[in-house]
Amino acid sequence: MSEVPIAWFLVLSAVLFALGVAGFLFRRNIITVFMSIELMLNAVNLSFVTFSYQFKQVNGNLYTFFVMVVAAAEAAVGLAIILTVFKNRSTLNIDEVNSMKD
Amino acid sequence: MDVILFLVFAVIAVVCAVNVVLQKHPISSAISLIGVMGSLAVLYLLLGAEFIAAAQVIVYAGAVMVLFVFVIMLLNAGEEVRRGRSFMAQLLGMPLLVAFAGLMAWFVNRLYPESTGVHFGGFTGGTPLAVGRALFTRYLLPFEVTSILVLIAIVGAIVLGRKEMD
Repeated sequence: MSEVPIAWFLVLSAVLFALGVAGFLFRRNIITVFMSIELMLNAVNLSFVTFSYQFKQVNGNLYTFFVMVVAAAEAAVGLAIILTVFKNRSTLNIDEVNSMKD
Repeated sequence: MDVILFLVFAVIAVVCAVNVVLQKHPISSAISLIGVMGSLAVLYLLLGAEFIAAAQVIVYAGAVMVLFVFVIMLLNAGEEVRRGRSFMAQLLGMPLLVAFAGLMAWFVNRLYPESTGVHFGGFTGGTPLAVGRALFTRYLLPFEVTSILVLIAIVGAIVLGRKEMD
């Protein structure tokens, strides 16, 4: 067997996505939560490219490209927001940034 | 050969992703995340997406992660403080997560029982030539809208990051 089944790529994508969800839910540092979001985006990108291979079309690659651009923009704005939050509250713990709750 | 390549880099990706979740220090998580992105770039090459592999290394492993590491250093982020979690979260967190991953893997295996295999060179439509041609013909409008989005993001980041001048 010299060919990799296409399902393996999708299973890897699912596992990475689940790990990203785990990091998003378990971690308390706002920067690490943000990195977990990037991990989830990467997992979705992998499945896009895999489907692009399966259908032998370039469209999946282009969606991945757009996701990358949006992720880069999101990282820039998100990290600026984190800087502002840290400047105002001097904490990175998301449990302590809860003034919208009450 | 392709199977070995896939297995090696899939294992690296999963181990690094587990490390992202488990490490206490944010900088360790960031380095592990770079490992995930690098091994995913190799898998993109295996899938014939050369342009995306290069963009993954340059944009994700390069630019985005430099931004993360820079912010971690700027804020002097140390180890995070562990707090006691609620009883339900401790009890149900891991089993539900494993069930989620298992369910998705089961769906995938059910949907693709005997699909086409992936081998190196099986799809050559992901070259920069093909991607650029599609990007500037069929996807021209989304591409231009993307440039507006990036401009808005730059302006937003500057506005959020500047010092108050009043």
